[in-house]
Amino acid sequence: MRFDWVADNMGQILMMSWAHVQVSVLPIFLSLLIAVPIAWWAHRQKSARRVLVPISGVLYALPSLPLFVLLPVVLGTRILDPLNLVVALTLYGVALLVRTAVDAFDSVGRIIRDDALAIGHSPRQVFWRVALPLAGPPLLAGTRVVSASTLSLVSVGALIGVPSLGYFFTNGYQRGFPTEIMVGVIGTVVLAVIFDVIIVVAGRLLLPWVRATDRRRG
Amino acid sequence: MIQFADAFAWLVDPANWPGPNGITARILEHLWYCLLALVLALVIAMPAGLYIGHTGKGRALAIGLTGALRALPSLGLLTLLAVTMSLGLRLAIVPSTIVLAILAIPPLLAAAYSGVEAVDPDVVDGARASGLNEWQIVGRVEVPLAAPLLVGGLRSAVLQVIATATLSAFLGLGGLGRFILDGQAVADYTRMLGGAILVIALALILDGGILLLQRWLVPSGVSIALGTGRLEGR
Repeated sequence: MRFDWVADNMGQILMMSWAHVQVSVLPIFLSLLIAVPIAWWAHRQKSARRVLVPISGVLYALPSLPLFVLLPVVLGTRILDPLNLVVALTLYGVALLVRTAVDAFDSVGRIIRDDALAIGHSPRQVFWRVALPLAGPPLLAGTRVVSASTLSLVSVGALIGVPSLGYFFTNGYQRGFPTEIMVGVIGTVVLAVIFDVIIVVAGRLLLPWVRATDRRRG
Repeated sequence: MIQFADAFAWLVDPANWPGPNGITARILEHLWYCLLALVLALVIAMPAGLYIGHTGKGRALAIGLTGALRALPSLGLLTLLAVTMSLGLRLAIVPSTIVLAILAIPPLLAAAYSGVEAVDPDVVDGARASGLNEWQIVGRVEVPLAAPLLVGGLRSAVLQVIATATLSAFLGLGGLGRFILDGQAVADYTRMLGGAILVIALALILDGGILLLQRWLVPSGVSIALGTGRLEGR
């Protein structure tokens, strides 16, 4: 590890980290926003589930680099456009979260939902006041997984020239310079930890009852 | 969409299939890298996972390792090993196989221990009471009952390895990633797209094949809801 190189190139390291963050934030948000309604639909309709769950499985099976190459044709974007990465990573996030969210909604259980309807909730209120809050903890766990895998996948974009911490992998390899690659790996892990902390804190703020229940049990 | 037509024309052009740089050779190389890594990963993950599932020891460690590995960027791991290992640059297959195996281990490990753990304890006690020793319990009771989950783990591992073997081309190895990187080097988007379609098709075909294997492997008389074993993120 050559720390003088790290110090000398701090500007570029920060710039690439920022680019990395910019490409990652949107897919994490979008996958949660898109996956929850899809999962709710799949949870309530057997026929929708039979189509949606396998589709999410297939999406998840698509390899990342080929998908980055394929999307420009589908979207009409240029190959270097970061939008390709955003769309690809959102697809992966949705695929991963749909499964988690369907399981989460299933686990809420019929009886609880019937009880909620019986005391006068409308179906919409059942979703917002009963199902979504109860499905919160597994959704939070799923979002943490999406965040970690998104941050590590972004760097693959470096192979087709989209700037991110992955640049240090391709450049470091071409120069035979391990320090540079280490900077990329450590930077990615640091970003993953920061994102994880933010998601956990956001989860605590949005789902305060989870901690309260834990404390009572513990 | 005209690019798709070009890419399909490239794919069906018989001139692009034979020879050491042809599509056939690249597919075989790709599958070979994946097979090497999967065998290495299975040899490590299966005994470890069955042990954790059977004894309940080391579970926290396995979960921690699996989570930590998820955050590690595969391209970073690949280039770092290639540059730092003494053989890394000359024999790129070594770092490539190690990294692919590292990526395949978490889903296999998770499937093995969660599959064994999911076996009804009464069934295990029953087997013990009928005189089976611990090895026989693992081999004749727990593994067959965990088979659908084990294959589910294999499915995740195969997909992960097929996808990441594409990146091995960056270390100068063959495989289908060659078409993507070589195409990019000369701004030949048709070849890049053709290569991308080949990798995606390979992944989907193998995914479908393993899914069939999984259906077929459910022990007769056992009606477990088929977990597809997507136990990890990518």
